[in-house]
Amino acid sequence: MSWWQVWQIVSTPDNTPVVALLFLMPFFVWLGLRQARANDRLIGQLEADPEMRRTHHRKTQPLEPGWAKEVHVWPFLLRMEFLAAIIVTIILMVWALSLNAPLEALANPHVTPNPEKAPWYFMALQEMLYYFDPWFAGVVVPTLIIIGLMAIPFIDTNPLGRGYYTWKQRKFAISAFLFGLFLWMLLMCFGVFIRGPGYMWFWPGQFWDPARVVFTVNRNLPDLFHITSAWGKGIFGAAVLGIYYAVVGYGFFRLMTWNEFNRKIFRRMSLLQIFVMDFLLTTMMLVPVKVIIMHAFRIKYIWMTPWFNI
Amino acid sequence: MADEKGDRKPGLATLAEELQKKAKAEIEGLKQPEKTQIFKAIFRVKHDDSDRSRALGILNSLFLHLHPSKVNRDAVKYSFTWGMGGITLYLFIVLTFTGALLMFYYQPIPVQAYRDVAYLSSSVPFGQLLRNMHRWAAHLMVIAVWLHMVRVFLTGSYKKPREFNWCVGVLLLVFTMLLSFTGYLLPDDQLGFWAVTVGTNIARATPLLGHVGPFGPQLGLTRYNDVRFALLGGSIIGANALVRAYIWHCIAIPIIVAILMGVHFWRIRKDGGISGPAPMTLESEVLPEEERAPEEVVASIRGPGR
Repeated sequence: MSWWQVWQIVSTPDNTPVVALLFLMPFFVWLGLRQARANDRLIGQLEADPEMRRTHHRKTQPLEPGWAKEVHVWPFLLRMEFLAAIIVTIILMVWALSLNAPLEALANPHVTPNPEKAPWYFMALQEMLYYFDPWFAGVVVPTLIIIGLMAIPFIDTNPLGRGYYTWKQRKFAISAFLFGLFLWMLLMCFGVFIRGPGYMWFWPGQFWDPARVVFTVNRNLPDLFHITSAWGKGIFGAAVLGIYYAVVGYGFFRLMTWNEFNRKIFRRMSLLQIFVMDFLLTTMMLVPVKVIIMHAFRIKYIWMTPWFNI
Repeated sequence: MADEKGDRKPGLATLAEELQKKAKAEIEGLKQPEKTQIFKAIFRVKHDDSDRSRALGILNSLFLHLHPSKVNRDAVKYSFTWGMGGITLYLFIVLTFTGALLMFYYQPIPVQAYRDVAYLSSSVPFGQLLRNMHRWAAHLMVIAVWLHMVRVFLTGSYKKPREFNWCVGVLLLVFTMLLSFTGYLLPDDQLGFWAVTVGTNIARATPLLGHVGPFGPQLGLTRYNDVRFALLGGSIIGANALVRAYIWHCIAIPIIVAILMGVHFWRIRKDGGISGPAPMTLESEVLPEEERAPEEVVASIRGPGR
């Protein structure tokens, strides 16, 4: 265990935001879910008590009789905003005074740094380049992430949980989102903390030896079945992927109709909404599946055609 | 003829006394600057804690009028919003300001750009601090945007009628990361050069648009006419690429982001202000779909009837 190596990675100036994010993201998710739990408790009480349902103001925040439901922006909101601006400025000042922005040697096309990495907020995508070809990892996946995020409001037909934290009323949506977020953060951490020279896998604390050689044999799925012809590979891969989409897609379909609550939401969805949600979730699962089969079985491609490979 | 008293010119002593009185009154008046003509000319609104003045103070200010005059009493609690949207805007302002100052010392020419950044750190007063502020504010902005998205998701704030604004937010997220990325190349050092190499090598693999992407060669794309060529202004990262990154970073993307931010903030107001904390709805209060008329179901998918 080389703490020196860990410190080298963590103390790289451009990596400080990731280290901060490792604490900030769980903290804020916890902060949100903690309020969700408090709200869920109140929801339970309201559901059990019809009298309370009629009289309660339905928030966990206190509301005494005679209190206005709205407050003036000036001063109650503006003072918070000014305070936030001051605090952010102080944080920035301290950060900028204590840590210099990196300036490496003059750009030189003839000297390639090893490892060669993108900034941390794109590391999840670069890490995906290890598992998929560039056209898929770098173009199709980001496009699907953007489209998928934009589709969320149009495929989430659950009318509950609008404008307040809740877990109980949105278990499916929150799990799916947090899983995606976790995946993004995990791949980012692989890229930033794990990948060393040659983009090889170094466990935390393992010395980043630039002369290290790892003997890996990547295999393709059709090879395991001794399929050699181009036609065979194309058809076989398409079939495997088709089966994957059918099975995992069916799995998500079962989850969408898991219990009475889910079925209630499901009944509100149009066929197009069901199909799009199922497709996006199944495609998202392709990433962890590929990560696992790549690391566990060293399988590189599933579907091989003369034009592209997945 | 007026009476004797009024016609008589005042003596020097009386004049001095009068001036003294005025001076006293004016100094006393300075303790309340909000009563001065200058203050009233600028702010137009009385400075007191009446409801009317507080509301007008927001409505009459160009900079503050994006706010409503009143908000949900629980929305001002930090734990609900985490303040991340506002912090993002503030960081954008900090970045515009420090960025404009950096532009005074920077020429987007290979080698010269690197020298400019190096001189900025060593020879310009507070130059290193300026650059550090810009760099770390950029990173902080990416973090703030991500956290903002998590908050909006967890509170279900993208739901009707805020679907479109969520989409604008997703675009802003993408453009924030692109802003940060285009800035990476500008110091013309190894770090930026190779990060951008990785990034633009992905572009050449774009399906249908890149010369090594699926169906790219079949469509006649080469390294001299594909999407990577368009991004770099050439087939390698050189002088043209630096100028392109510079223009995207300093002009094009900030303008796009500013427009999208305008739409984003405008829509928050038009969609009913901040989403919560809203009173909670119960499962038992939602009509099951079969109890709704078919035309109502169709309308809810299409989305009018808000």
